[in-house]
Amino acid sequence: MKATTETLYNEHELLHALKHYLPAQAPLKDFIHHNTLHAFQHLKFSHAIYSASTIFGYRVSLSLAEYRACFKQGRIQEAVIDRIITQKKGSGQLPIWKEKMLTGHYQKGSPRIGLLRAAWKREYQIDLDSLVHPLLFRVLCSYLDQGISIWNFPVWHKGLIASIREMERVSFSSFFRGKRAKKLLLGGQADMRHLLKILVGDEKLYKRYLFDQQFAHQGWSGMVSTVEDQPQTLLDHKKISLHDLITFELLLEIDALDSVFGTEWKPLCETVREPPIDLFAEVPVTELDEVTTLWQEAFEWSYYDEVLRGIQSVPPGNGKQSSTTFQALFCIDDRECSLRRYLEKVDPHCETFGTPGFFGVEFFFQPDHGKFYTKLCPAPVTPNYLIKEVGVRRKHERDAHFTKHTHSLFRGWLIAQTLGFWSAFKLFLNIFKPSVSPAMASSFRHMEKESRLTIENKTLQNRENNLQIGFTVPEMVTRVEGLLRSIGLVENFAPVIYVIGHGSSSVNNPHYAAYDCGACSGRAGSVNSRVICYMANHSEVRALLREIGIAIPDATQFVGGLHDTTRDEIMFFDEDSLVPANKINHRVNEEIFVQALHFNAKERSRRFESINTDLSPDEIHEHVRIRSVSLFEPRPELNHATNSLCIIGRRSLTKHLFLDRRSFLNSFDYRVDPEGKYLLPILKAAAPVCGGINLEYFFSRVDNQKLGAGTKLPHNVMGLIGVANGIDGDLRPGLPSQMIEVHDPVRLMVVVEHFPEVVLQTIQKSPETYEWFINEWVHLVAIDPLTHELFYFKEGQFTKYNTLKISVPQVDDVMSLLETHTENIPVHLIL
Amino acid sequence: MSLLLQIFIFLPVLGFIISLLIPGNKETLLSKIAFSTVGLHLASFQIFLVYWLWKGHPTLNLKEIVIFETDHYEFFVDFYFDKITATYLFVGSLLTFLVTIYSRYYLHREPGYKRFFNTILFFYLGYTITIFSGNLETLFIGWEVLGISSFLLIAFYRDRYLPVKNAVKVFSIYRVGDVGLILAMWMSHHLFHENITFLKLSNYELVHEHLQAHSWIGIFISLMILISAAAKSAQLPFSTWLPRAMEGPTPSSAIFYGSLSVHIGVFILLRTFPFWEHQLSVRILIATVGLLTSIVATTIARVQSSVKSQIAYSSIAQIGLIFIEVAAGLDYLALFHFAGNAFLRTYQLLVSPSVVSYQIREQFYNFIPRQHTLEDSFPKRLEYTLYMLSLKEWNIDSFMYRYLWNPLKWTGRKLNFLVMNQVLYYLIPMYLIGLFCVYNKDLIPETVLHALPIGFSFIGLVFVLKSFTERIHARMSWLLVVMNHFWVALAVAFNENFSFNEIHLYLIGVAISGIVGYWILFNMKQREGTVDLNQFHGYSWKHPKLALVFLLACLGASGFPITPTFIGEDLIFSHIHENQFVLAASVALSLILDGLAIIRIYARIFLGPHVKSVYEMAYRSS
Repeated sequence: MKATTETLYNEHELLHALKHYLPAQAPLKDFIHHNTLHAFQHLKFSHAIYSASTIFGYRVSLSLAEYRACFKQGRIQEAVIDRIITQKKGSGQLPIWKEKMLTGHYQKGSPRIGLLRAAWKREYQIDLDSLVHPLLFRVLCSYLDQGISIWNFPVWHKGLIASIREMERVSFSSFFRGKRAKKLLLGGQADMRHLLKILVGDEKLYKRYLFDQQFAHQGWSGMVSTVEDQPQTLLDHKKISLHDLITFELLLEIDALDSVFGTEWKPLCETVREPPIDLFAEVPVTELDEVTTLWQEAFEWSYYDEVLRGIQSVPPGNGKQSSTTFQALFCIDDRECSLRRYLEKVDPHCETFGTPGFFGVEFFFQPDHGKFYTKLCPAPVTPNYLIKEVGVRRKHERDAHFTKHTHSLFRGWLIAQTLGFWSAFKLFLNIFKPSVSPAMASSFRHMEKESRLTIENKTLQNRENNLQIGFTVPEMVTRVEGLLRSIGLVENFAPVIYVIGHGSSSVNNPHYAAYDCGACSGRAGSVNSRVICYMANHSEVRALLREIGIAIPDATQFVGGLHDTTRDEIMFFDEDSLVPANKINHRVNEEIFVQALHFNAKERSRRFESINTDLSPDEIHEHVRIRSVSLFEPRPELNHATNSLCIIGRRSLTKHLFLDRRSFLNSFDYRVDPEGKYLLPILKAAAPVCGGINLEYFFSRVDNQKLGAGTKLPHNVMGLIGVANGIDGDLRPGLPSQMIEVHDPVRLMVVVEHFPEVVLQTIQKSPETYEWFINEWVHLVAIDPLTHELFYFKEGQFTKYNTLKISVPQVDDVMSLLETHTENIPVHLIL
Repeated sequence: MSLLLQIFIFLPVLGFIISLLIPGNKETLLSKIAFSTVGLHLASFQIFLVYWLWKGHPTLNLKEIVIFETDHYEFFVDFYFDKITATYLFVGSLLTFLVTIYSRYYLHREPGYKRFFNTILFFYLGYTITIFSGNLETLFIGWEVLGISSFLLIAFYRDRYLPVKNAVKVFSIYRVGDVGLILAMWMSHHLFHENITFLKLSNYELVHEHLQAHSWIGIFISLMILISAAAKSAQLPFSTWLPRAMEGPTPSSAIFYGSLSVHIGVFILLRTFPFWEHQLSVRILIATVGLLTSIVATTIARVQSSVKSQIAYSSIAQIGLIFIEVAAGLDYLALFHFAGNAFLRTYQLLVSPSVVSYQIREQFYNFIPRQHTLEDSFPKRLEYTLYMLSLKEWNIDSFMYRYLWNPLKWTGRKLNFLVMNQVLYYLIPMYLIGLFCVYNKDLIPETVLHALPIGFSFIGLVFVLKSFTERIHARMSWLLVVMNHFWVALAVAFNENFSFNEIHLYLIGVAISGIVGYWILFNMKQREGTVDLNQFHGYSWKHPKLALVFLLACLGASGFPITPTFIGEDLIFSHIHENQFVLAASVALSLILDGLAIIRIYARIFLGPHVKSVYEMAYRSS
């Protein structure tokens, strides 16, 4: 059965195509945000999303009714609508298109996916999916299970089909109802081509059939495909492939048909008179698509224009401050945006920076007593270094409610009558007085504060599993230099410089990994902050840095820390190594951090209905902490919801702006980097990381049912790798509705403070980054650092952008805004 | 003191009614009503409990109200309170109170917030009536309320396919349990010649005296009770419904399917224990069912890889043990075990989403590549066989299909030749002839007269079978189920001379519900064009109000205790003689199918993904 170039059916290509379009979400513990429609990224955004919609039946935008409601509420500006229609359709067309936008009535045709396989129900009156899916999902889940079941899949190391074959060969029982499928499997005739011949019959239809089949349960298919490509994502490794899944499913389908019709039934091709339209045939642009595009852009630019007006109206920076009390580096994460604002408010002499939260150090981490390594750097990077934690004394707490003994018959009998009554008490406590429990995912537990880390590599022979343990001094110098230059911090060092990673804490939350630092592969950033501080404090590193022009005074010390974004708490590391003078400084600064965190909690609380925002900041802070440990709270924090901006430039650009926690902030000084040498890696990371986060929120928001995970309330944890509804449902990739409900689906706008020609040259250097911009999956605006003129990137070039002539609202104290608004607050200038 | 019992029924009724009147956007108010109703219930019960214990925990009985009375029949509501009620109320009110507070935050912003709390209060009402019931009739009222509120909670996400499918599945199992109870009631009428209370049931001499002459009747009643207990408590062969009921929001699954609903089967066994205490064979049978279930459910629990189904099967296994305890007469142990199991499983389900972070951490620090399990030491053939059987849930589902549902569907499909016009042209005149004969019984020869009841009830049964398997015509299907009741009435009218008032009582509710239901289906056909029964249409998405009215019509037409039909149903059964097994079986079967066909029509037309909004709906497989 060798596939030649002439045959219509090429198994390898077909599997490759399927894997390309299936969801790429990893198991829950490695949840990393990515563009949900990554398969269409080679196309222009609007064309891509409408193609995806027509082919796979996704919703890819708000509905016309929703846009019109936004327009009525004034969230979409009429001037912006006019401008966009004029640009796209010409000024003569303005009234016609505006009429269509406001009152047009449109119908959408049905999607293409599933049309071929619908013939089973239509022509054979058989509901194949309901006969096949439950068993298929159960077998897959049991095979991949990471630790829920007590009795594991008995044959596991051979691959799915080989394991099933082995079991079918020996067992008295069978997964199949009839004899034929079993015989095909045991007789070695279970190759996909042969099975498809029986089921479908015509080679022309094979590809279409398999797409229909796999997209009827894209959750499980996507998971299998991901585990096939990244087997290391499961701690308990499993060998599986999409090929095996399809083979098994085809066998089950043959078996189900046999059980209803006997073995004499006609293949699908004989009853399908006319094959449905090719799945990937060019998707024509409809008027509805055009109108939707106009609305979407009007929606986006109503907001972008407001932001750009705000940035332009900020008074030009008046140079460096004379003396700085402390400096603090945070992750670019949108959740740090407000904390930085409050730090600067409480202590106007401090300075804050933003940079991706792995702080330029990439490595695997092995916690003390840990049996595995954890990657702590952006997902695409594969580090060559290993850092180990040693000297942990504390033991992990256990909770008997999760032990498997409760599920055995006799021990269960004992446990029900003893622990059972304790459960009632615990439930009572947890409802009336929630507190920290072993069930919780806590960012502070990621690494022990008291532990030591093997950061420095003394000899190159010190390796483990092909990884170098720790970094050498020259390797440290490169990383510290890279970090400092990229954020423009090369002089005027404060006595204490904080490097603060972030993580989150929640309970009863299977998606906990999505709340941690994306730049650390969905983990907390505590280890990275300690590692970079150790490097920057190292005397040999300092000496070498001085030689290359970065003179850090001896009195300056770096201190690591971790910000828990759910509880709004900060833990500092290695404070004992501070010199006495800095110890005193640190004590003062700590107080400033505490106050800023109180304010931050208050700002966040305006979105939480259960907290009264009028209370004082420290009272609210206590409520916020309780929230993070409450079993009944499906929204411990709102994570990246409402994210929409990424501003790359000096802090002076945004320092006096109220951006409502909607912006990723990456510090960058064009003067330190006139040629864009450090800008390139910033953009290379910002586009996929921030863009990925933004688009995952975007698509989970517009189609929470098919691209998101739906409401999390009925979710059931499957094999520790995913969630499903009920026990027979397909896996649900994407974000649950509780994470996205307040999100406005607007694409990310990246604003770079540099000369447009430098930005253009920079993005052109990396084709995969350029794709994000040229295909408009993220918007790009350059702001000239000298003139503050704006340039918008479109069709490969920067053109000047003029904002609308509307003044930016001003506010003295944002507290008054926060207490009165629960929805998005427009950009304000803080006086 | 017995008069105080009324408070415990009155409170949930009041809370439920108030909750219905509050507009859906008032989240805080709705949840406050819910938890203050249950909280007040809990608090007043605690006070009552102390008082009751102080008085030496007497068994209380309160003949509440006689709803219907003839010379030979009395339908009355009766309340009862003893240690079993006390335990069930203690566990139930505590857990419901905690879970309503829990859900208050958990369900924030969820569409259907009001529906959720309405249903919870309705469920709680059903639970209270059931555990306070003093006779089988009262118990049956509570039982029906539990059934329908379970259906509504499982289908809470009514725009998705699986919840609706599973809700119908669970309802059909409950329906089997219902009929067990109806038959038990029917037989006990004949045994005791009265609507016997549980209080009298605990009178050994009385029971013994009746049973001595009719031991087979005693066994029949006990068997029927066992069937309904097994169905409700997910024992073999009904076990597979429990994990599939976990489709609603986690707190509702935790409290109902983790604890309260699933232990009601145990309750009915405890309650009727004095009746079958001296039937050794029955006790052995109950213990055997419990034992088999606990073994089979444990093997299934061991292979579950999803957290909720694992908890469900472990709970079933423990309930199997409780069955054994009850059969062995260890009632205190059974009550203790029930309470512990209910608390444990509720809590485990509530914290089930935490299992990911907890177990992944455990795995990270304590991973041992492959655990040697007990089964690994079995011979491979045995190991694989057992594993595959357990993964397939011992084929319980296909067993139920093969021997219960498929034969019914097969028979129904044989009736495909029936179409609307024929039904009207042939059968209505036939009915009229039948009616004529009822009034002129003396014209008919004796032998024919004896065959007629069975004949007519059989026609009714054929009607429901046809309705149950109908794929296209919703309105015809509806007419057929409604007409079934008329055939049953006709059949029974031949059986005995009795007042037509009773027949009217039975049919009035059906007739009104039937007309309302038909009007709505007609209306839907006008508005939407297609209303077939071949797939779910999900019209509640667009017409939530019509859906609600139709649901009420369905309840009325299926003899739910909101119309007099409910009493009539019981009454009709009392006119079937204890030796007319065929007639009883035929009527019982047609009632099972009647309820199923009705709920199927409701589900197919109003629930599931909305057919006309493909882009807004979730995948069928999710």
